Amino acid sequence: MPKLNEQTALAMHRTMCRIRYFEEAASAKYKDGDLPGFIHLSIGQEACAVGVCATLEVSDYITSTHRGHGHCLAKGGDAKRMMAELFAKEAGYSKGRGGSMHIADVAVGMLGANGIVGQSMPLGVGAALTAQVKETGSVAVAFFGEGASGAGVAHEAMNMASLWRLPLIFFCEANRYAELSPYETHVPLANIADRAPAYDMPGVTIDGGDVVAVYETMTEAVARARAGQGPSLVEAKTYRWHGHYEGDPQVYKPEGETEAEKLRDPIPRFEAVLKESFGVTSAALEVAHAEEKTAINAAVLFAEQAPDPDPSPAGLIANVYAQTGGA
Amino acid sequence: MAKLKYYQAFNRALREEMTRDENIILMGEDIGESGGIFAQTRGLHAAFGANRVRDTPIAENGFVSAAVGAAMTGLRPVVEIGFKDFLTCCMDPLVNQAAKLRYMLGGQVTVPLTVYTFGSGGVNAGPQHSQSLGAWFAQVPGLKVVVPSTPRDVLGLFKSAIRDDNPVLCLFAKRLIGSSGEVPEEGEDFTLPIGRAEVRRAGGDITIVGVSTMTRVALAAAESLAEEHGIEAEVIDVMSLSPLDSDTIIASVNRTGRLAIVHEAHAPCGIGAEIIARVSEQAHGVLQAPPLRITPPFAPSPFAPVLEKAYLPDAARIAAEIRALIA
Repeated sequence: MPKLNEQTALAMHRTMCRIRYFEEAASAKYKDGDLPGFIHLSIGQEACAVGVCATLEVSDYITSTHRGHGHCLAKGGDAKRMMAELFAKEAGYSKGRGGSMHIADVAVGMLGANGIVGQSMPLGVGAALTAQVKETGSVAVAFFGEGASGAGVAHEAMNMASLWRLPLIFFCEANRYAELSPYETHVPLANIADRAPAYDMPGVTIDGGDVVAVYETMTEAVARARAGQGPSLVEAKTYRWHGHYEGDPQVYKPEGETEAEKLRDPIPRFEAVLKESFGVTSAALEVAHAEEKTAINAAVLFAEQAPDPDPSPAGLIANVYAQTGGA
Repeated sequence: MAKLKYYQAFNRALREEMTRDENIILMGEDIGESGGIFAQTRGLHAAFGANRVRDTPIAENGFVSAAVGAAMTGLRPVVEIGFKDFLTCCMDPLVNQAAKLRYMLGGQVTVPLTVYTFGSGGVNAGPQHSQSLGAWFAQVPGLKVVVPSTPRDVLGLFKSAIRDDNPVLCLFAKRLIGSSGEVPEEGEDFTLPIGRAEVRRAGGDITIVGVSTMTRVALAAAESLAEEHGIEAEVIDVMSLSPLDSDTIIASVNRTGRLAIVHEAHAPCGIGAEIIARVSEQAHGVLQAPPLRITPPFAPSPFAPVLEKAYLPDAARIAAEIRALIA
């Protein structure tokens, strides 16, 4: 298995910082009342998005959940257009028609966050099916949470993917809460990945705060998928620092739990690895942080200044139907 | 002109389109080597192979969603849902995914998906295998819905559906599967525009709009009204529920001054109600008599042949109701 090299590692660190600053900025702007609707943040889960996407090519696909900002940034999405979407602006990826829950950059293979829990899995089956039928060599990763693992469609998707030996990885971010419900209130098993043998696919449970572990596990699963050996199930135990949605009072979390998890922050954990394995200096890491923070600040400014979508009748029906194809 | 049965026209449409475009795949339960429960897909597996003609597990939610994912990434999936009633098992991929993805991703994707199914009653299939649910989907922006009633319309509309870059629901009728009709010769690339109704019989006394099977029944009623009572009914086959061709219907009502709609679906909030609403809005004052909806009672479709015969509108009932209206 190829080990993580320094160049990739530094890029991954950058992306983790970018996600953290993006999510923090979104949280602050939401608190200020600048962002309409609902947003779901992935602070604390950066190692999952980054460890997965670092193993993928632009031509590979990901399908995402309602908590998809990190996935989009990690797959190569542009923070400016993402932030503009959160601000409900025409310059956003969805032209202000989708919002946070439908963030997508199809050009880089990010097929969209999705508001329906569990559907990322069969949508991922479809992307992998395209790769198989058209023999493109691409693979797909379907992100989902442990909350989705109880949906019937999770079973349907894993069954089909294994049956057809699709180039697909089911990546479970087990972040301890399904919306407001703790893991043990809706999952009878200690590990979601323990279900993999029932689908005749490899399954592994890893530390989702360890980006190197995510990267190495995914490298193997992606190689397997690309070689035509079929799907895998990877479960990353992670932790959602914030609530299900911004503004969630999180009454269901035990006191002190989040604070304890923050001591295991995946970014400093990775920085320790970078220093030890590659001799990266604290100064270099600080530069990365500063530059990513500046870029996110620029994205916020861009979003704030971008024009609203067109509320005319024509603007309201834009893109409902494609005007191409047909008789 | 050639003569084909309804299911043969279906098979020819699929064969011609799959030959024309290798991105078209066929998915569904029992559509492969077995050739389908109505012999509708016979020969396609042998002609196009298991990669493009794919039997699925009994998992409508999963495989329709997979087809959506495939449609977003470059395939043009055609998906069979065996009976129309089973559309309830894939409402999410149809309504929340296929219909909305283009819109909520700001036009980043097209979803060239065709879902077809066999519905309607008249074959004693009971409450869970006889429904006509097309109007539900006509309420969803982003979807198109067609209801062909003749082999020619099956051929033309199904081919157009497959070529359309939007998700199209093709609602075929079980009762018409063995019916025969004239179609353009083999080798002629015949398509019909989605969203256009056709006048099937000219008449000046009343406009009868038929949906699917009920167009044929309405035509029989029109003949008996003419022969026995000198009433000349104009019969329109609606052909598409969405977009709905109100222009053709309103032009006819402007000539006849009377309107009846006949469908197998229940009356409340149905296509008949929608047609009456549009006539009221766009041709207010033209009607010389109250509009009629001729539908089954508000009850599930019964199993007993004697009950189902009474349940479904027939030519005698249509003729009697129209005679009462005009008298």
